[in-house]
Amino acid sequence: MFEGYAPEKFYDEMFSATGTVRDHCGPLYERFNGLSERDFLSRKATCELYFLRQGITFNVYHDNRGTERIFPFDPVPRVIPADEWEHLEAGLTQRLLALNLFLHDIYHDQNILRDGVIPRHYIENAKHYRPEFRGVNVPGDIYIHICGSDLIRGGDGVYYVLEDNGRCPSGASYLLENRNALKRAFPGLFDSLGVRSVSSYPRDLLDMLHHIAPRRTDDPVCVLLTPGCHNSAYFEHCYLAREMGIEIVEGRDLVVIDNVVYMRTTHGLVRVDTIYRRIDDDFLDPTVFRKDSVLGVPGLMNAYRAGNVSLANAIGTGVADDKVIYYFVPKIIEYYLGQEPILPNVPTYLASEEEDLKYILDHLPELVVKAANESGGYGMLMGPQATKEEIAAFRERIIADPRNYIAQPVVSLSRSPTWCEGAMEGRHLDLRPYIIYGRDIKIVPGGLTRVALTKGSLVVNSSQGGGSKDTWVLRH
Amino acid sequence: MLSRVANTLYWMVRNVERADNLARLIDVNQQLLLDFESLDSERLRAFWRPIILSTGDEETFDKLYEKAGSAEVIRFLTDDRRNPNSIVSCIALARENARTIRDQLADELWEEINALHLYLQSDEASFVAQNDPTKFYALIRRAALAFHGIAASTTARNEAWEFMDLGRYLERADKTTRFLDIANYLPAGVDAGETGSPGVLHWSAILRSCGAMGAFRAEYQGDLTPENVVKFLIFSHDFPRSVRFCLNRIDQSLHRISNTPRGTFSCEAEREAGRLFSHLSFASAGEVFDMGLHEYLDSLQERFNAIGGEIFETYVLMPERVQSRPSDSFTPTSTALAWQMEQQQQQ
Repeated sequence: MFEGYAPEKFYDEMFSATGTVRDHCGPLYERFNGLSERDFLSRKATCELYFLRQGITFNVYHDNRGTERIFPFDPVPRVIPADEWEHLEAGLTQRLLALNLFLHDIYHDQNILRDGVIPRHYIENAKHYRPEFRGVNVPGDIYIHICGSDLIRGGDGVYYVLEDNGRCPSGASYLLENRNALKRAFPGLFDSLGVRSVSSYPRDLLDMLHHIAPRRTDDPVCVLLTPGCHNSAYFEHCYLAREMGIEIVEGRDLVVIDNVVYMRTTHGLVRVDTIYRRIDDDFLDPTVFRKDSVLGVPGLMNAYRAGNVSLANAIGTGVADDKVIYYFVPKIIEYYLGQEPILPNVPTYLASEEEDLKYILDHLPELVVKAANESGGYGMLMGPQATKEEIAAFRERIIADPRNYIAQPVVSLSRSPTWCEGAMEGRHLDLRPYIIYGRDIKIVPGGLTRVALTKGSLVVNSSQGGGSKDTWVLRH
Repeated sequence: MLSRVANTLYWMVRNVERADNLARLIDVNQQLLLDFESLDSERLRAFWRPIILSTGDEETFDKLYEKAGSAEVIRFLTDDRRNPNSIVSCIALARENARTIRDQLADELWEEINALHLYLQSDEASFVAQNDPTKFYALIRRAALAFHGIAASTTARNEAWEFMDLGRYLERADKTTRFLDIANYLPAGVDAGETGSPGVLHWSAILRSCGAMGAFRAEYQGDLTPENVVKFLIFSHDFPRSVRFCLNRIDQSLHRISNTPRGTFSCEAEREAGRLFSHLSFASAGEVFDMGLHEYLDSLQERFNAIGGEIFETYVLMPERVQSRPSDSFTPTSTALAWQMEQQQQQ
């Protein structure tokens, strides 16, 4: 299967630069290399059939036959050895602790601003900063309960944090279903190779939702709030609610009476304690945020302020997702924890700093430029691949609104063998682990590995044609 | 259970039941025509028009088609996506219903409806529908039966089940009256020479649409008179597609949901269902013909609609509770409106 495979000049997850199989991938390599192409393809088809039958599909819009496609899945897993995972766990835990201390601080005393570690205007101009929630206390002072930080590995083999997703990170269901599909296609593979199970995720998530419930009761009512079945992540919402055994609700299922949230059931109103909301702040409560939102619940913010309901994630966490704030995370870690960051950031330039701006404008064809508050691969300039016109257009945008842009050198993401129409070829990938912060911090061993299926592409987002792989964390 | 979920379960089953009934109706009518030799196209139309009239979709049909020939009517009721009540549309809706409440359904049930939906989107399905319609409709009926069977063996007998039953039996009662109503539209007895009334072949086609031929024979030894058919399809105590049977189940489910004893009521839906059930328990075929079969069936359909509407008001909309929402720019009516719009789309 791997005949003719070449790592080329990239860091390869399975092969060293000299072309030998990395130790931790040995058993996997043996098993896959022993397959005939025919056998491999039939197992690949098993996975695809599983996804189709489970309805793990995307709606293809603008197609009146309602055509659906499965989220492309590559059956060759990405393997992470135990020691590497320990390192990632330590780094992600450190990062999430610091980010939560930071959020508590800027929504209370703002010491970090007073001490001049972060210039005040960066916070006050952050699109997702919610000054109206200053002074509001949240259970356990936890703001980001579920974090999906994106990690990449550069040509040097070092893991870097690319961004922190502290609002409503999605994709955990794909991580779980990828494992289910691969188990079907390769029964018996997992135990013998010492792959750690990912099945604790829903339980950990539910424990966290229970932990932050405002009422001290043994059996708090937790619900998952979804924008509805037309949302592209609806499959995931349903999946997680079902795995946790909680209700999945839409805004119209909830009602606020005297600052208490209830859900409307066939037997009257039932009080709700914790809402795992998969709706952004802006749409949560039309009386406070966007008036035109029909997804939200009028009065929810008052109930939240009154401490009668908990939200995961809390309101206002988007400020930590701001790519300008990302620049400051290493400083945030040092400020609150007095530690060196375990996982480095990708080198970043802020367009709003005069020196950086000059550098950015002089080097646009070599840089990746990102809008501070976009996600999903939107609002980006990939310098080396951009046309002259695109570069010129971005230059103007940056000059017009420097606060809204950052730039980074192009990181040559690591690659992994991926089945591409008839052969194994190297494709770039990243990793999104899911970190849960409740009673303590738990990270499910694995994560969503996203892979760019187009040759040479560095963009792995599913909205941009990426696929995914199962992620194996080894016991030893 | 969430009100929205109850509503969706109700519609999911209702849509599957509707697709099943359409498949029966078309297939039986096709078979019926085989019994008549040498029908010219004019007379053929006279057989298909009533089918459209009986489903109540004549307005949509006339907008889309010029004439009501076999091909047009079959296409309209089978795989025309422009008709929200075609078999393909009903299954797509049921599948969409299932998708929105997947967390509440057994995997097998979801897989069944999803597989059927995916099949109906395929080229193979169009090919079979065109070239071997009998096989196609048999497939739809089997899939609907499998769906109901899986539901019956995977759903706990709780509220979810009762709401599914409400959808099933309301749709079934409604369709039985519509099948019977075809008798009122059919051309005068081609076969028996009786003037002004449908002949034996018509009545037996109606019985077959309801899957009732065998049970009817056992009960009436094949004495195929209009009175007997009406007695059987409206008043039978034990035939699962008779209107009375369906109403019994509807009344029962409503009382199980509210935990009130039968014979009493705690909401308008129960009052309506109880009244209709007791009427059906004490009425006779004679009364039906006195009133006129068509008028009688019409009045039944209106009462089914009333029951459906009241179920929605009571368990889904709950206006009295909605009113205690905070009073600002977002008025309770917007929520109510969203619900109602969805309801209308399904109907």
